[in-house]
Amino acid sequence: MNEQGPVQIRCPVLTVRRVDAYYAITVVAPGIAERFRAGQFVSVAVGGEQSSTLLRRPFAIHDVKPDYGGTVEFLFSVRGQGTAWLSERRSRDLLDIVGPLGRPFPLPRDPVNCVLAGGGSGAAPLFPLALSLRRRGCRVDFVLGAASADRVFSAITARRVAETATFTTDDGSFGVHGAVTDALGRVIEDARSDVVYSCGPMPMLREVTAVASAHGIPVQVAVEETMACGTGLCMTCVIPVVGEDGITRMVRTCMDGPVFRGERVRFDDVGTIPFDALGAPGWKAHHDSDVTDREAG
Amino acid sequence: MSPDLRTRLSNVELENPVMTAAGCAGSGRELAQYFDIARIGAVTTKSVMLEPRAGRPAPRVAETPSGMLSATGLQGPGVDVLLQRDLPWLISRGGRAVVSVAGGSAGEYGELARRISDAPGVDVIEINLSCPNPAGQGRHFADDPEEAARVVSAVRSHTRSDVPVFAKLAPDVPDLVGLATACVEARGDGLSMVNSVRGMTIDPRTLRPAVAGGMGGLSGPAIRPIAVGCVYEVHAALPHVPIIGMGGVRTGADVLEFLAAGASAVAVGTINFADPSACVRILRELEETLDDRGVTRIADLIGTAHRPMGAALGNTSATL
Ligand SMILES: Cc1cc2nc3c(=O)[nH]c(=O)nc-3n(C[C@H](O)[C@H](O)[C@H](O)COP(=O)(O)OP(=O)(O)OC[C@H]3O[C@@H](n4cnc5c(N)ncnc54)[C@H](O)[C@@H]3O)c2cc1C
Ligand SMILES: Cc1cc2nc3c(=O)[nH]c(=O)nc-3n(C[C@H](O)[C@H](O)[C@H](O)COP(=O)(O)O)c2cc1C
Ligand code: FES
Repeated sequence: MNEQGPVQIRCPVLTVRRVDAYYAITVVAPGIAERFRAGQFVSVAVGGEQSSTLLRRPFAIHDVKPDYGGTVEFLFSVRGQGTAWLSERRSRDLLDIVGPLGRPFPLPRDPVNCVLAGGGSGAAPLFPLALSLRRRGCRVDFVLGAASADRVFSAITARRVAETATFTTDDGSFGVHGAVTDALGRVIEDARSDVVYSCGPMPMLREVTAVASAHGIPVQVAVEETMACGTGLCMTCVIPVVGEDGITRMVRTCMDGPVFRGERVRFDDVGTIPFDALGAPGWKAHHDSDVTDREAG
Repeated sequence: MSPDLRTRLSNVELENPVMTAAGCAGSGRELAQYFDIARIGAVTTKSVMLEPRAGRPAPRVAETPSGMLSATGLQGPGVDVLLQRDLPWLISRGGRAVVSVAGGSAGEYGELARRISDAPGVDVIEINLSCPNPAGQGRHFADDPEEAARVVSAVRSHTRSDVPVFAKLAPDVPDLVGLATACVEARGDGLSMVNSVRGMTIDPRTLRPAVAGGMGGLSGPAIRPIAVGCVYEVHAALPHVPIIGMGGVRTGADVLEFLAAGASAVAVGTINFADPSACVRILRELEETLDDRGVTRIADLIGTAHRPMGAALGNTSATL
C-alpha cells in the first residue's frame, strides 16, 4: 500500500552459507532491497505454511545488493526451532518475508567521525550503516566484540570498510581480551569520534551509552526485544523510553525502534514498568504532583 | 457470480464477515500498510480504557505449539487518543469500527460507552469482560454472570440505541451459556467469543514462567476447537443472538467452520501477527470455498452445523 512502508513477499532463497559461527541467507527480494535503510530488519515466517510455529523471527538486514533485481542478506546463529529450520533452507526454497521493518539509523547531515560498536550478531546492521556513512564522506571506525573468535562478525569486511577496526573477545581468542566497552573509549579519543552507533545485547548498549555520554557525544542504539509481530500490532516488544517531552513511555521497539537515542532508553528499567511511565499504576499520582509542583513553583 | 458476503451484527450490516480481533490489529493503521482496510468487514480496535495504561512488564510473549501465550496488560493511550487520533483515521480510510472497551468498574465502562457512542463512525461497541474486577477479589467480570450483566447494562444505558453492544466472553468460565444469557438479558445485542484462554508456559532454561506475571492468555489455532465449541453451544441456546466468532482463525475454511457453528461474523486475531495480510487472504479463500460449494449467500451458512441434515453433523455429543 505504502511506497516507503514494508512489504510482505515470498522470496526465493539464493544461497545459504556458513560464515564462522553464523549462517548467512541471501534472498531475492527487490521490493525490500529498494526500500531498505541501515538499521531496519526483516521478519521471516518459519516452518512452512501450516507450521505450528506461528511467530516470525526478526533478523537485522546485513546487506542488500543490486544482483538479481535486488537481494537481501541476513545472518543468524542457530538458537532454537526457527533458526534450525532456516539453516536447512536450500537455494530456490521460498521464504515468506516482511520488511523492511522498523526505524533506520539516522544519518548525519555533514561528514563526521562515526564509531560503530557491535556485539555478537548485533554487528549485522552496522555493515550497511558503515557503507552509507562512507558514501556521505564520514570517517568510520569499528569496534566489534563477541564471546570468542568465531563469533566476531565479518572481521575482514570491517577492516576493509573502516578507517580502523578493533576487535574484542571475552575469552581473548581474538583481538583485545575483554568487552567492546573496554576498547570503545580509546577509539573515540583516537578517532575524535563525533557520534557512536551501536547494536548488541541490552547490557552492552547500556555500557556503550555510558561511555559515549562520558565523552559527551551522542549515541544511537538498535535494541533487540522479543517480538510477536514485528509490525506494531501486538504491543509485546515494548521498552521504557523517555520522549522529547521528558515523559517515559512504553514504546514498541519494532515500529518506534529498533533504533533509539541511547540516552533516552531507560536501560536499568528494561523488563519493568517504571513507576513514572505514562499509564503506569503510579503515573497519575506522580503526574498530578508534578503539576502541583510546577504550579507551586 | 461472486457470493453475497454481507452479514448483519444486530442492526449493522457489514460488507463481509471477516473482521480483526481486539488487540491484534493495532488501530488499523499498522495493517493498512499491507492492504486496504476498507476491504474487510470491520476493524476491532484494541480495548481502550479511560486513562493511558502502561500494561505489563516484558517479556510479554512466548511461543507455544500452534499458538502463543501473551500478557500485554491492555497497554494503550486511553480513550482521548482513540477519539482524537485513531478512530478518525480509521473512518477516513473507509474502515468500519468496532470499538472495544475495558474498565475497572461498571461505572467506568459506562463512561467509556457514553464518550465513544457519541463519536461518529462507531459501528459496534464491544465490551471486554475479561478484566479483573477489583470488587470481585481479583476475579474477572466475566467470571460472574451478575457482574457481567451489571457491566453490559451500564454500557447499554450509555450507548446510543442505534449502536449495538456486544459482550465479549472468555471460554474458561463455569457456565458459559448462563453468562451469555445474563449478558443478553442485560440488553446486550450480541456476543463476541472467545477471548484468549488462561494458561502458562515455563521457560525450559530458567524453569520460571516464560511471560512476566506468570499467567497469560493462550491464543492462535491451538484454541480453535475450544472457540468453535463455545460458539456452537451458545448459538444452540440463543439462536437469535448474533455472535462474532474468533479464536485461532487462520484460513477461509476456519471462517466457514465458525459460521457453521453459528457465528454471523468472524474475527482474525493472532494470525495477523504471523501474516499481516491474513485478513484479505482469508477473505479470498472464503470466497473460493463458497464458490466451490455453490453457496451464494453467507447468510444461508450461519448455524448450518445445528441442522439435522446436510454435510455437517448435527449431533452435540462432541460438547458433552
Ligand atoms: C530487531 C531484531 C533483530 C535481530 N537480528 C538478528 C540477527 O541479525 N542475527 C541473529 O542471529 N539474531 C537476530 N535477532 C535475534 C533472533 O530474532 C533470534 O535469534 C531468533 O528469533 C531465535 O529464533 P529460534 O526459533 O531459533 O529460537 P526460539 O528460542 O525457539 O524462539 C522462540 C521465540 O522466541 C523469540 N526469540 C528467541 N530469541 C530471541 C532474541 N534473541 N530476540 C528476539 N526474539 C527472540 C523467537 O522470535 C520466537 O518467537 C534479532 C532480534 C531482533 C528483535
Ligand atoms: C497480544 C494480544 C492482545 C489482545 N488484546 C485484546 C484486547 O485488548 N481486548 C480483547 O477483548 N481481546 C484481546 N485479545 C484477544 C483477542 O481479541 C482474541 O479474542 C483471542 O486472541 C482469540 O483469537 P485468536 O486465536 O485469533 O488470536 C488479545 C489477544 C492477543 C494475542
Ligand atoms: S512486535 Fe508486535 S508490536 Fe512490536
